Amino acid sequence: MLRDQRRFKFDWVTIIIFLLLVGFGYVNILSASHVGEVTSYFDLDQSYGKQTIFIGLTFVLIILILSFEAKFYERFASIIYLAAILALVGLFIFGKDVNGARSWYGIGSMTIQPSEFAKFATALAVAKYISDMQTNMQTIKDQIKVTAIIVVPALLILLQNDAGSTIVYLAFFFVFYREGLQQVYLVIGFSLIILAVLGLKFGALIAGLVTAVVLTIAYFFRKKKRGSIFQYIIILLVCIGFSYGVKLFYEHGLKAHQQNRISLWLRLEKDPAKLERMKKEEAYNLIQSEQAISSGGWTGKGFLEGTRTTGKFVPEQHTDYIFSTVGEEWGFLGSSFVVILFVVLILRILFLAESQKSQFSRVYGYGVASILFIHFTINTGMVMGLIPTVGIPLPFFSYGGSGLWGFTILLFIFIKLDSNKINEW
Amino acid sequence: MRKLLLLTAVILVGLVFIARLFYLQVYDNSNYDLFEDTAIRKEFNYPKRGYVYDRNGKLLVANQPSYDVMVIPREVVSLDSTDLNEFCSLLKITREDYNKKLERATTYSPRLPSPFVSQLSKTDYAVLQEKMRKYEGFYIQKRSLRSYQTTIGANVLGDIGEVNRSIIAKQPYYRLGDLIGKQGIEKTYEDILRGTKGIKFIQKDRFNKNIGPYKDGIYDTLPKPGKDITITIDAELQAYGELLMNNKRGGIIAIEPSSGEILTMVSGPSYNPNLLVGRDRSKNFSKLYRDTIAKPLFDRGLQAMYPPGSPFKTLNALVGLQEGVVTTQERFSCNMGYRYGNRKMGCHAHVSPVNMNIGIYESCNAYFANVYRKIMDKYDTPAQGMDVWSNHIKSFGLGNYLNNDLSVGQPGKIPDAETYNRGYGENRWYTTFTLSNSIGQGEVLATPIQLANMAAAIGNRGYYFTPHIIKNIEEDSIPSDFTTPKYTTIDRKHFEPVVEGMFDVYNKGTAKYLKVQDIEICGKTGTAENFAMIDGKKTQLTDHSIFVAFAPKDNPKIAIAVFVENGYFGSRFAGRMASLMIEYYLKDGEITRTDMETFVLQHSLEHEYEKPYSGEPFGINRQTTLNPVTEEEFQNLLEIKSEIPKS
Repeated sequence: MLRDQRRFKFDWVTIIIFLLLVGFGYVNILSASHVGEVTSYFDLDQSYGKQTIFIGLTFVLIILILSFEAKFYERFASIIYLAAILALVGLFIFGKDVNGARSWYGIGSMTIQPSEFAKFATALAVAKYISDMQTNMQTIKDQIKVTAIIVVPALLILLQNDAGSTIVYLAFFFVFYREGLQQVYLVIGFSLIILAVLGLKFGALIAGLVTAVVLTIAYFFRKKKRGSIFQYIIILLVCIGFSYGVKLFYEHGLKAHQQNRISLWLRLEKDPAKLERMKKEEAYNLIQSEQAISSGGWTGKGFLEGTRTTGKFVPEQHTDYIFSTVGEEWGFLGSSFVVILFVVLILRILFLAESQKSQFSRVYGYGVASILFIHFTINTGMVMGLIPTVGIPLPFFSYGGSGLWGFTILLFIFIKLDSNKINEW
Repeated sequence: MRKLLLLTAVILVGLVFIARLFYLQVYDNSNYDLFEDTAIRKEFNYPKRGYVYDRNGKLLVANQPSYDVMVIPREVVSLDSTDLNEFCSLLKITREDYNKKLERATTYSPRLPSPFVSQLSKTDYAVLQEKMRKYEGFYIQKRSLRSYQTTIGANVLGDIGEVNRSIIAKQPYYRLGDLIGKQGIEKTYEDILRGTKGIKFIQKDRFNKNIGPYKDGIYDTLPKPGKDITITIDAELQAYGELLMNNKRGGIIAIEPSSGEILTMVSGPSYNPNLLVGRDRSKNFSKLYRDTIAKPLFDRGLQAMYPPGSPFKTLNALVGLQEGVVTTQERFSCNMGYRYGNRKMGCHAHVSPVNMNIGIYESCNAYFANVYRKIMDKYDTPAQGMDVWSNHIKSFGLGNYLNNDLSVGQPGKIPDAETYNRGYGENRWYTTFTLSNSIGQGEVLATPIQLANMAAAIGNRGYYFTPHIIKNIEEDSIPSDFTTPKYTTIDRKHFEPVVEGMFDVYNKGTAKYLKVQDIEICGKTGTAENFAMIDGKKTQLTDHSIFVAFAPKDNPKIAIAVFVENGYFGSRFAGRMASLMIEYYLKDGEITRTDMETFVLQHSLEHEYEKPYSGEPFGINRQTTLNPVTEEEFQNLLEIKSEIPKS
């Protein structure tokens, strides 16, 4: 094979957006985390100082990732995946508790969060499995096997008390669907979400009533006069049972803070005194964050000028709530810009994924897009009060080494795979 | 198709997010207001309120510091039980009070500060200040309250109190808990006395701790202190007037004719202005407010409108001379009254026929009825005559608001052709219909301050200055309207005979027993019939005693109107009080007519005021008796008098 220039045909659109996000993220981390005057960007006592180092190391990591052969990732996907699983399992023995979650390894003063790395590993493994000639996503057997690949890390993470990161694995649904999962799953998935929300908000009875109406319409408009009415009745009973089950799970299966988050989101709490208390406790972050965003107006208050940011009103503002800083200091223009950057980035990855010649690259690219999409949607949606609180970071933007590196590896493996597509025949 | 799911989802989410951002940042927050930013602490710095001095430089009103606990409901963090109990006991309130107050503040606004507990004592403040940081959402606001250096002049000085919401809605300078002038000069000179509060914007953190000035203080302002003012009141004369008004109801207004400065403005019954300071203000205020019988908040000198009676006759003489319908020597006969048609306007026994001089000092009704008819008959129709007459009278400041700097006032009433057209229909009334106007009854109404001003205009021989209470504003001048003379429509030359007539009221007329040594006083007695509704029946009460005077006769230094409710004839109470006031002022506190003073101080009219409420039949006017006060009360009043020059 000729070592010609085509081998280095990286997708610069993606790389530029990546750089913009990391750079703008840094600016906001600086604003959200600085205490007093900013004396040195390398001040390791301050979060922004550490982030400087993290970003520096990111570039080392990028060079490293790009310097491997593209084939390496496909070939070693299983091993990488196993290593990630081992790292997650190891947490139960060597892990360190932070805020009630056992998700970190402590190395000196540094901490590493393996779940951030498990995402790209799982994406690789899923891509590897699906791209196997033998795999047919239409069959139940393969569906179960590929689901197992994502359930293992998801379950491990859930056991470490990091429910937020577990939810991210739902992203792979988009991948499966793209690769041949039947339409019916989509319908069932949607129906279940609607049923769950209806059941929680209005009770199982109303959920059942709505289902009954929908089923009646379906019954009379069915194409083939096939299937007895009993099938419909059974579906109805299952639906009622499900929404009742969700309610039971909500009341007894969830931890108090999770329950409160959902309650606040769906506005389930009717008792004004309790609601008032919730607003001061569980919803404190959310309210502060919404206020910060809201106070930004059209153009924001300016860099380092956000009153709520300066006053540290939004807890965790430099990590999960970083978007509220953008909202306050850069206003509607700045925060829309970030939203557009993410949308363009994900669409670009989707476009590139679809243009891949190898199925492995395509599936992996799809996985990257889906993971970024879920993270972006949940994090940003939460910060502006559209989605119940789920503690996951905003990719490339939030403070933290593991997160930044995890997403960088995730993205740059794909950039590497993409740059190689010309060489694949 | 399968490719489209994620694509659509991404685009959809992007659009929803931008829409949400638009809603939060642009639609919902079209105007970001620094004042409502909870991350910024607003510290108000209230300036010193201007002091008030009397015309002789005596300090009447100063300030004292006061501390309010304010609350911003949405910043309040629920306290645990021990902290809450401690907080409540520091504030000397119960847990229920706490909840109630917090709820009330929240109802007003969760974002804006409301007063939580007003006007802490200094010791409470000292203890509380230490612990204030613990109670998020609460802070202490220092303000300045009034400190009255005197016990007189409550109706003049007025008071300050918390602004109400309707004022805040109209004047955004004020915030809940701010103090504003409510009555008297505090109200009229609010803008000058108040100054401008300063504000500091302080960046705080989520633990309610200050972390420094917001944007290095570029929006901060310094407080501008209020300006001191000097008022025209003579505190000693005011105190003397209030002393004379003890156990009586009524008003005394004294004006310096050469300037329109109000020397005294008494309204009885009065109250101690210190009652309306501090934590008990609202309690005391509502007590005064609810006293609908004595009405201490009703300023009788400014607000009581009555038919002025005889003093008004002097104006009719002036109009007659000005219109050329009568000469000073022209005589009219009076046989116990004036007959017209088959009716009669009664008069008392005196010489007849009478010229202008006799007419005035004998207060002859028939004389003025004749003059009044001649004025009207000069014109083709009664309506024309009425309007000419009305304009002359109004030029004395009657029948309309004086437009001065007092917080309350009444226009009085001077009828014109329109008044009667409305009542009877156009061209369906005649001069005889309005004849009562000739003797200051009928449709004529005036307040004591208007009568005092009328006396000043006569004393000045044809002009007056709008009666006002401001003498001097620190680094500022008083409105030029107050220093511009207002000319009446009567030529100067016509005044002398009327002044002589009023002088003869003291020499030969109804006030001959009220003379004061070495002072040439011109005056006119008056009575006003008045009625009350008792058990739904209109019942006549004892006449109000009225007296109008100025002195000395030439270049008068003081013009005065005294009005005593149910005091019967003019010279009995009002006349004596007017003469005493004039002597006190012109002789610098010396009283030679101690007999008159003793009479006034020794007699109470409380029994008159109880009559309509007694439920029993009662006599009026001639059937009334004089009611002396106890010896103890009299000695007490003398004691107060002896302290006037010192206070």
